[in-house]
Amino acid sequence: MATKAARELPSQELILPGTRSCAACGLMLTYRHALKALDEGKTIVAVPASCMTVLHGVYPITPVKVICINNPFAATGASVSGIVAGLKAVGKEGYTVVAFAGDGGTYDIGIQSLSGALERGTNFIYVCYDNEGYMNTGTQRSSASPAGAITTTTPVLAKLQHKKDMIGIVEAHRIPYIATASPAFPLDLYDKFVTAKSISGSRYMEVHAPCPPGWGFPNKDLIKMGKLAVDSGIHVLYEIRDGKFSLTSRSLRLAEKGRKKSVADYVVGQTRFRKISDEQVRRLQEFCDERWEELVKRHNKDNG
Amino acid sequence: MTDIRIITANEAAAVAASLCGVQVIAAYPITPQTPVTEALAGMVESGELKAEYLTVESEHSAMASVIAASQVGARVFTATSANGLLYMHEMLHWAAGSRVPVVMACVNRGVGAPWTILNDQQDSISQRDTGWIQLYCRNSQEVTDTVIQAYRIAEHVNVPVMVCYDGFVLSHASTPVDIPDREDVDRYLPRWAGVPGISLDSCMNVNPLILSEPRQFPDGDLMPGYMDLRYRLQEDLVAALETIETADREFESLFGRSWGGLLWEYRMEDAEHALVSMGSLASESTLAADDMRRQGLRVGVIGVRAYRPFPAGRLVSALASVKTVTVFEKDISYGYGGAVAMDLKAALFDTELRPRFSSFVAGLGGRDVTPEQLVRAATAAITEEPVHGWIDVRGR
Ligand SMILES: Cc1ncc(C[n+]2csc(CCOP(=O)(O)OP(=O)(O)O)c2C)c(N)n1
Ligand code: SF4
Repeated sequence: MATKAARELPSQELILPGTRSCAACGLMLTYRHALKALDEGKTIVAVPASCMTVLHGVYPITPVKVICINNPFAATGASVSGIVAGLKAVGKEGYTVVAFAGDGGTYDIGIQSLSGALERGTNFIYVCYDNEGYMNTGTQRSSASPAGAITTTTPVLAKLQHKKDMIGIVEAHRIPYIATASPAFPLDLYDKFVTAKSISGSRYMEVHAPCPPGWGFPNKDLIKMGKLAVDSGIHVLYEIRDGKFSLTSRSLRLAEKGRKKSVADYVVGQTRFRKISDEQVRRLQEFCDERWEELVKRHNKDNG
Repeated sequence: MTDIRIITANEAAAVAASLCGVQVIAAYPITPQTPVTEALAGMVESGELKAEYLTVESEHSAMASVIAASQVGARVFTATSANGLLYMHEMLHWAAGSRVPVVMACVNRGVGAPWTILNDQQDSISQRDTGWIQLYCRNSQEVTDTVIQAYRIAEHVNVPVMVCYDGFVLSHASTPVDIPDREDVDRYLPRWAGVPGISLDSCMNVNPLILSEPRQFPDGDLMPGYMDLRYRLQEDLVAALETIETADREFESLFGRSWGGLLWEYRMEDAEHALVSMGSLASESTLAADDMRRQGLRVGVIGVRAYRPFPAGRLVSALASVKTVTVFEKDISYGYGGAVAMDLKAALFDTELRPRFSSFVAGLGGRDVTPEQLVRAATAAITEEPVHGWIDVRGR
């Protein structure tokens, strides 16, 4: 059953005030709603080097009420494999093991260990919170950064390549559950974590996590940016359950109504796109349109 | 009833890990380590060993997995060699910093480039400063017994242990091994209670970001800063010198075999000249010593078993009355000299002892080293000038 209103969300807060993330951090909001779907005392989170490490606080204090095991940047998939195997070996049952890694830790340096964990069918949820760059080290380019974005390592020409199709790569592992989400649609996000938790095997979630300092928009626009990303088809909300593809939430409604916003509406409010040319916007629009067509077609086919 | 098997050091390592009741194994293949992981995989798949076996996709992941499994309380094992060990480098530091009692077999092999699959000790020596305990073995029996001792040591001091033995020379050579009795092993190695401080029932942030300055808990307790934790690791490694000795003594009382703890001595009682080495090269040095004794030189051998922590104290007492020291080793710290020689010279410098000191790098990348070569090098070093050189370099 889909959650219909924010008041239906559990009141449990596993993140206490005082995290070290920036104000209006999309990751922070994602984490807060994700943890509402998970059990206190029965959740183990694995975290590589990232903004998430910082969010979790500085020794000896942590604002997060779940066990967190930090691991090196590239090691997340392997680290969770060890946690899952270790728990099984010592007979500890009923834990949900969740990895939370940034796009750099997923698309780039962590892709090998992630692939290994998925290929072995490791029983865990992998969450990539995609803030589209190496934010913790100061907004460098990752292979998840969008074309046309200025980052500190694409400072003059802006990024030339489109975002990598990470979900395509993940899907090739034939895992039972894949979903995308956005903190701007917290009910959809929460429901997907509930679903993910109820399934066993490898589950992959990709959450588009707007980042005010990295993308260059005012704090007050966090939700607006998240919504614009979905409305323009930059980020599409869906889930793939045992291969069956379904658009969800706002993306489903957009498909039904056939009305999408333009990419130009999305990029205009972010300083990282300040150098984007009309030609680049056109190509980004084409890229999004093509993908959108494919996804809608796939939705109709699987839900026909 | 005694159980004697004719097995290689690789099989010995696998059998020993199994006797220790390891619960999680993660490994990635590399010559000459492969038979260890294959043997363990066979034991797990046949049900002979009840453990989780992770066929990870790299050595970095192998070490990451066993660290994490150890953090949730499992007894863990892995093995590697050469480039695999180098690939783990980041995770080796992480293991020691996490204070997890991981035990790993390092089947010593030269590192690329250029490629070699043959033996030297450059791989483990290159990981000297990662905070691991390193023990070097001279035969398959010692490998068996040292793996068992390694858990005892690691779980006592919460520092990971690398059990090193020479690739091919030991890893693939079959010799008789007296397999310890499982019940005796259980007695020697009580079930491990898990990493202190990690409890699955309370929320905690393991290996978090830490500042240089100590910070307080809300209740006012001052917690260590980064450097303070590092100091404790160093202190505990130094304290492990005693733990390694005790583990070996207690092993002897149960199994009737001692490997000398930190080091072993051969004909050192009346020796005027000491040959110092590690692993199979140290065994071979005993043949050289016998030969030199026949020629009238009073030569003995010291085999360094624990390279980290470095047994400086025991080494200097063992060398207290010699006139010369000659080190043979299968590694080099490029741009200076052999690692063991450098450490030993430093240890002597803290005392009044000033034996004439020579050192030789030998057997890199599997180049055969014969006892005759050792005799020739050592005799020249003793009777002529002290040297720091290489044995048997050829070609242009
Ligand atoms: C092996 C290694 N290389 C580089 C780093 C430095 N580093 C730490 S966090 C980070 C960026 C993380 O980016 P991402 O995964 O996208 O997460 P975010 O910071 O955006 O949350 C980098 C490059 C590291 N810790 N380890
Ligand atoms: S840099 Fe961005 S992702 Fe990182 S904490 Fe700040 S807002 Fe969040």
